[in-house]
Amino acid sequence: MSTIVEEPVRTRPPAGRFTIRRLRDFSLIPVILLLLIVGFIVSPNFLTKDNMLAVLQQCTELSLLVLGEALILIAGRMDLSLESTIGVAPVLAVWLVLPAHGGRFNGLGTGLPGWTAIPLCLLIGAIIGAINGLVILKVRINAFILTLGMLIALRGLQVGVSGGNSIFELPSSFTYLGRTSWLGVPASVWICAALFAIAIVLLSWHRHGRALYAIGGNADASRAAGIRTDRLLLIVFITASTLAALAGILYVGHYGSISASQGDGWIFQVFAATVIGGVSLNGGRGSMFGALTGVVALQLILNVMNFAHVPPVWDQLLDGVIILAALIVSRFSSGEAQD
Amino acid sequence: MSDDPADAGAAASRPGAVSNEGAGQSANAVPRQGAGPSGNAVPRQGGVPSEGAGQNENPVAEAAGVTKRFGATVALNDVGLRVAPGEAHALVGRNGAGKSTLVSILTGLTRPDHGRISFNGEAAPPVSDPNAWRRHVACVYQKSMIIPSLSVAENLYLNRQDLGGGGRISWRALRSRAADLLDTWGIDVDPRAEAGSLTVEQRQTLEIARALSFGARFIILDEPTAQLDGAGIERLFDRLRTLRDAGVAFLFISHHLQEVYELCQTVTVYRDARHVLTAPVAELGREALVEAMTGEATGLREIGSGAAPIDDAAREALTVDGLGVQGIYQDVSFRIRAGEVLGLAGAVGAGATALGETIVGLRRATAGTVSVDGRPVRPGSVPASLAAGIGFVPEDRHREGLVPLRSIAENMTLTVTQLLGRFGFVSAGARRDAARELMERLDVKAAGPDQPVSALSGGNQQKVVMGRALAGSPQVLVLLRPTAGVDVKSKESLLGTVATAASDGCAALIVSDELDDLRAADRVIVMFHGRVVGEFARGWDDRRMVAAIEGLSGEHDS
Repeated sequence: MSTIVEEPVRTRPPAGRFTIRRLRDFSLIPVILLLLIVGFIVSPNFLTKDNMLAVLQQCTELSLLVLGEALILIAGRMDLSLESTIGVAPVLAVWLVLPAHGGRFNGLGTGLPGWTAIPLCLLIGAIIGAINGLVILKVRINAFILTLGMLIALRGLQVGVSGGNSIFELPSSFTYLGRTSWLGVPASVWICAALFAIAIVLLSWHRHGRALYAIGGNADASRAAGIRTDRLLLIVFITASTLAALAGILYVGHYGSISASQGDGWIFQVFAATVIGGVSLNGGRGSMFGALTGVVALQLILNVMNFAHVPPVWDQLLDGVIILAALIVSRFSSGEAQD
Repeated sequence: MSDDPADAGAAASRPGAVSNEGAGQSANAVPRQGAGPSGNAVPRQGGVPSEGAGQNENPVAEAAGVTKRFGATVALNDVGLRVAPGEAHALVGRNGAGKSTLVSILTGLTRPDHGRISFNGEAAPPVSDPNAWRRHVACVYQKSMIIPSLSVAENLYLNRQDLGGGGRISWRALRSRAADLLDTWGIDVDPRAEAGSLTVEQRQTLEIARALSFGARFIILDEPTAQLDGAGIERLFDRLRTLRDAGVAFLFISHHLQEVYELCQTVTVYRDARHVLTAPVAELGREALVEAMTGEATGLREIGSGAAPIDDAAREALTVDGLGVQGIYQDVSFRIRAGEVLGLAGAVGAGATALGETIVGLRRATAGTVSVDGRPVRPGSVPASLAAGIGFVPEDRHREGLVPLRSIAENMTLTVTQLLGRFGFVSAGARRDAARELMERLDVKAAGPDQPVSALSGGNQQKVVMGRALAGSPQVLVLLRPTAGVDVKSKESLLGTVATAASDGCAALIVSDELDDLRAADRVIVMFHGRVVGEFARGWDDRRMVAAIEGLSGEHDS
């Protein structure tokens, strides 16, 4: 803040700050290259088209959550409930569409045609985001604690509706996006690439995208500059939850069923990837490209460990240690203290 | 209205583009003290304070009969304000007079309960349309409204980075636009630099430039000098005078009456949410102005002027020997005897504040020693300094001084909890008693020791911080800019407390660049660029003191 700092008055900040700031976005590129080299050494099957596409497809669901979370974090808030939304939105959508009897999982029997499952799922995501946003902004409840409550409640809703079981009978339209390929590349990879491209363009070259940085950097100043902070934040919450619902659709198509524990514990990965990617937990800083490299780096690490035949029981420990190491590295590469 | 910066520049480079003759110079401004209805032209209820101030042209901003309540508190009670084009209008009043509320109403952030706001004779736009407001009025807030993580260029065009409209941003065009705008106002910063890296002064100029680029010709400055040093204030005033001559009107809010006399043509005084008077500055004496603000006939009395001379035989309470912090200040030595008050003057960046922070342990010295009563104090540790008997008032009460949600009692006794109970437990009763005593000693105006400090006015908050410094019965009292942002009465009371503590045998060090603070000291050491450049005995001449602080003279005067 504007306290008096006892230091010699500097008329010009050191030159080249801007370029350093841009370089920060690319600070994970060397890490990714290093991982590719390590993977290549570990196994000849690593650097193959099939494996790379598999890694990218595994990135997609997480990356959509990261995209949403990064938007929210840049605007200075947070949303933990995304990890429940990815599971509950598909379950509710399928529940509305499936017939009331005859299957292992019985729907409501509303008679809605199968193709409505996808729009319903996205709508449910949007509604969850709207609830989060409205309560946080209008009732003025801390985002952390509210979305923690939502996380638990939505997880409970999913368990209640699905009876705690995975759901295998799904409308074929619902699983299409997650299992099909366009031009030899999984459709979900195309979708994520397109969404990230849109987000990068909006956040870099659009007035409202830049407004998110302003809100996260100094909300009072943004308000004074005429930015409709509450409206934008609400839109961001809705967007993020809708993206989580979309991630749910891709995930379901990818694995062919709605898993009972879909999304369980993902939020830690989401935060790790986002922060490693250079997005500040204090708001106002970070880029979509950086967040994307965070996701790719995390998935590559898991993939390389797979090829290196690390016993799966040690996965979690290694995962945690690598995340901690990456956070410390990114703390110094970004030069920003994260108190 | 165009938001072309060239527009703003063109207007500014045409001195006298708008006539401001006689603005606010009318003779019928009548002090409206309490129940003194002078049967004059000024109406009592919701009146326009200063008739005749450019009667033939519309006031650039006008508030009439404005009332605002927050719950049970009346923040503004039927007040008015009228600012003529090209006029520098001061709004003064003690903390709680309603200035901030008026600012938020005039800038469209708050809707008044009653009353009317108009710009250039037209009714103000609805509160829901912030963009329309900004074409009429801009405000440079006390709190910085710069977004530190964004570039200077982006801050200047925040929320309109797309320049022509359409949403898409051309960064190249934005930067060159920003560079032009910065050039126009003579701000020497790289538009690509991160705004957080600017100095306070640069940031403020940036905010003024931004305000003008909207086409507003009425700018509110809320305590713009609070964070600046003397030279910075001068440069700010030069800039404001140029703008004023070009037809830009100001509403200038300040605790420093000197600045009102220097810059403004008209002054309006509020007290306890009411309008007290509006008058041309030239016709209003300093005494009358202070009286209007406080409601009683007292000026800032000379504090400690009657103090007995310091006994040469008195023990040395604080000894500073060859103290230095690499790159900030070097080789400072002085002694303060028990009962003595030493002033340490220096502009921002002179190292005076850093020196004070070193003594209290907030910074670690790279050379030299600090001793209390002849015993060296472990450097760089606040607990060690407290244990050695150093009490201090930090520079920024919001950041380092107070825990806002906790009670007065808790805040005052934060450093002395070990005296209030055994084995680390704190007795609530003992705490309350200790706080009550301190509150009485310092004249803190509050409902009681259990009231949260966030509910207090700035002056009373500072008294709480002072109370905390005194709570441990320190031998040495270090005060860093103790009266910043505090009203006249509280200032007097705070400095009086220092004098009392000194007469009880405490050695006091006041670090400040405000002459009123320094006048309370027995002698004053002046620092410039990290070195001691002069020493003055009591009774110094204002001009020579200011010259020394600004580095214009180096001679010793004692």
